[in-house]
Amino acid sequence: MAIMEREIEVITPITATPSSTYGVLKRPVAATGWRAWVFTVDHKKLGLMYGVTAMFFFIVGGVEALLIRLQLAAPNGKVLNADLYNQMFTMHATTMVFLFVMPMAAGFANYFIPLQIGARDVAFPRMNALGFWLLLFGGIFINLSWFLGGAADGGWFMYAPNSGPVFSPTHGIDFWAFGLQIAGIASLTGAINLIVTVLNMRAPGMTLMKMPIFTWMMTVVQFLLLFAVPVITVALFLLSFQRNFGARFFDVAAGADPLLWQHLFWIFGHPEVYILVLPSFGIVSEVLPVFSRKPLFGYPFVVFSGAAIGFVGWGVWAHHMFASGLGPVSVAVFSLTTMAIAVPTGVKIINWTLTMWGGKLVFSTAMKFSIGLIVLFTVGGLSGVTHSVAPSDTQQTDTYYIVAHFHYVLFGGGVLGIFSGLYYWWPKMFGKMLNERLGNWNFWLMVIGMNLTFGPMHILGLQGQPRRMYQFTNARSGEGLFNFAFWNLVASIGSFVLAVGILLFLINVVITARNPTKSPLDPWNARSLEWMTSNPPKEHNFDVIPTVHHLDEFFHRKYEEDSATHTMRQIATAEEIMAEQERNADAHIHMPSPSYWPVVLAFGLPVITFGMIFSHLIAVFGAIIVFFAAFGWALEPSTAPASDFETNNSAPGKALESVGKS
Amino acid sequence: MTDITAHGHASSTGISNVKLGMWTFLGSECLLFGGLISTYMLYRGRVTGGPRPSQIFDIPFTSVSSFVLLMSSLTMVLAVSAAHKSEDRKTNLWLTVTALLGATFVGGQVYEFTAFYNEGLGFSTSLFGSSFYTLTGFHGVHVTVGIIMLMSLVGIFKRSKVSGNKAEVVEMIGLYWHFVDIVWIIIFTLVYLIPV
Repeated sequence: MAIMEREIEVITPITATPSSTYGVLKRPVAATGWRAWVFTVDHKKLGLMYGVTAMFFFIVGGVEALLIRLQLAAPNGKVLNADLYNQMFTMHATTMVFLFVMPMAAGFANYFIPLQIGARDVAFPRMNALGFWLLLFGGIFINLSWFLGGAADGGWFMYAPNSGPVFSPTHGIDFWAFGLQIAGIASLTGAINLIVTVLNMRAPGMTLMKMPIFTWMMTVVQFLLLFAVPVITVALFLLSFQRNFGARFFDVAAGADPLLWQHLFWIFGHPEVYILVLPSFGIVSEVLPVFSRKPLFGYPFVVFSGAAIGFVGWGVWAHHMFASGLGPVSVAVFSLTTMAIAVPTGVKIINWTLTMWGGKLVFSTAMKFSIGLIVLFTVGGLSGVTHSVAPSDTQQTDTYYIVAHFHYVLFGGGVLGIFSGLYYWWPKMFGKMLNERLGNWNFWLMVIGMNLTFGPMHILGLQGQPRRMYQFTNARSGEGLFNFAFWNLVASIGSFVLAVGILLFLINVVITARNPTKSPLDPWNARSLEWMTSNPPKEHNFDVIPTVHHLDEFFHRKYEEDSATHTMRQIATAEEIMAEQERNADAHIHMPSPSYWPVVLAFGLPVITFGMIFSHLIAVFGAIIVFFAAFGWALEPSTAPASDFETNNSAPGKALESVGKS
Repeated sequence: MTDITAHGHASSTGISNVKLGMWTFLGSECLLFGGLISTYMLYRGRVTGGPRPSQIFDIPFTSVSSFVLLMSSLTMVLAVSAAHKSEDRKTNLWLTVTALLGATFVGGQVYEFTAFYNEGLGFSTSLFGSSFYTLTGFHGVHVTVGIIMLMSLVGIFKRSKVSGNKAEVVEMIGLYWHFVDIVWIIIFTLVYLIPV
């Protein structure tokens, strides 16, 4: 593993002088300080901002989970009252699903898709910024309800008619519905942006089947978002119209069908499950080959099984509703499709295992998290298959068995994959490597903690502990040592072990930030294009847009097959490839310019929704903000005119030009 | 020395980013209207004492306003064609006509809503009322947004401040406009023409 010996020259960020005024405001030009972040349209900065936001909400959701576990640690829990408990589990799930896993995946996608496909930014940089700000404001908006009369309390799937004003008179569900609408717009703009980026902006020579696997999986996710988000949008509109404008959609007295909500929710909700887990599948499929020193086994199968999950994921939603009396035909059909969707997932598990088979395994923290995902996701997948057996599922519905299942797939699958990605890409994002020794502790505490927390829930569920029960009495906890109370205590202890594991990650981040040691240019001997640039990447990503000839292009630039012995022989180091790029650097790279409008426009939406709940006058004010921001946006070209770039002598074009001459 | 912007190289598909973005967005819109139409189809017969669809619909009137909306697609095509030929005056003219036809349709919808309301169909009257106003209202909002975009485009062209390729922008908004028209064909057929 080569250590970088010389400092790679970092080219000064573009400092443009605003020559023209569009709309009302001059373009923001700050390259440092808070303005450089708030008005940025750089996909890497936005990716980091998504990551930080997601981590913040991860901690919020985690604290909510710990409060739930404290309440259930012993019979007659007194930590929360029934009402607060309802709010706590609703907001725990909402936060983890919509404000942690989805933004974290969006952050990875934002940061790494352009780098992996050899592009300098995304297709619509300002829309990218808009997406981030909407997500942040939406998340804050949902959580405002804690301070304004109580949070949503209907469970994360908010079944009707329980979500109606009669049963939930506080504004919690209004905040929840409007906040998710705002976050939904963020997902939609993100999906459009990344789909166009992937379809349109790949480096020359990069055909779809030469695309890195993470980009592939994220593309499938964006299509799922594109088609799933509008369905929840409809459902949330129906709910909001009922709660705020007297519509009758879920009013049983008017002859409504509350099942309408369940169908709409789960037509969104099941693809959502894959939206949560496919990004991690993509990360793992990047990490395993690198640390097994082998190409991904059966790349096309991993690609097509991912796409197959994307398609079949639309045909299984009613398995969430087996207990609702759908009728034997529907139940049989959805049982079969649910069994079928296990197949492409199984294909992936086999591919990952065979990638490791016979490889020279390197047990880095990233690799450990990936292997952890394979094992623990499989456990969750197996309990998932048991749900496809409708008679058995009817017994398990609304018990802790379900809670155990989806935590194994979402934590064992989604979250472990995310941590694998964090350890793998940290040197790329920050130029420093996370401490591996602490990483080891981080990994084992998380894995032991999660198994202690969610493992006993299988038993609790099969013993009949209902989901969302806020308290159990001694009389209900049963007889003998291994009763309700015992397993609940184990789960509660496990949740704190888990929390310590995550705390170690945060400590690791702080220690790494303080450690002056820089990471090597290519610390893991990686395979894909994002490693073919500096750590962290320059603002314009690549000095020269690479022309792609292979899947795993970077690997093939470093290694060549020896035709006599059929072994791989190193022909270049990462540093040499980097220096070669700098010699041939493109001159005059005009990056998209920062803009005020995304953050202004995004701010208008929560003002509107706040006004919908409290006073329509405020909503009008918000609408005016949105209207003017939209016009400012439309009148402003996404890249400032060329004259803006010329005034500065240290402009990158000149700097790069001199690099080229030396 | 050539200038290379972030989007300097040709797109992999040959379709420009803005157009592909609009197509992608319209794909998403299909599901939005799909959800709303499904809700209406489920609830259209549930009137709980309020007026039934057949009692209030004025099919000849709505047919005329639907025809006006469909004609606006024709004028939109003329605007796109003029924009491609860089005939600015004609582009502006057809864009304005399209917006006016759209506004006529929205005006018709406002009249219709008022009439229905006076005949006893409020938003809260019945499931039919809630789902009818929601579905057609969402479509009306889409047409209104389209009109705003068209008129803004005319205004921006007049001050020649368009950012990006002019014909491209007209075509992109054209895609949106045609989509909204096509959705109306489906809504008109399902809501007005098929008896409950």
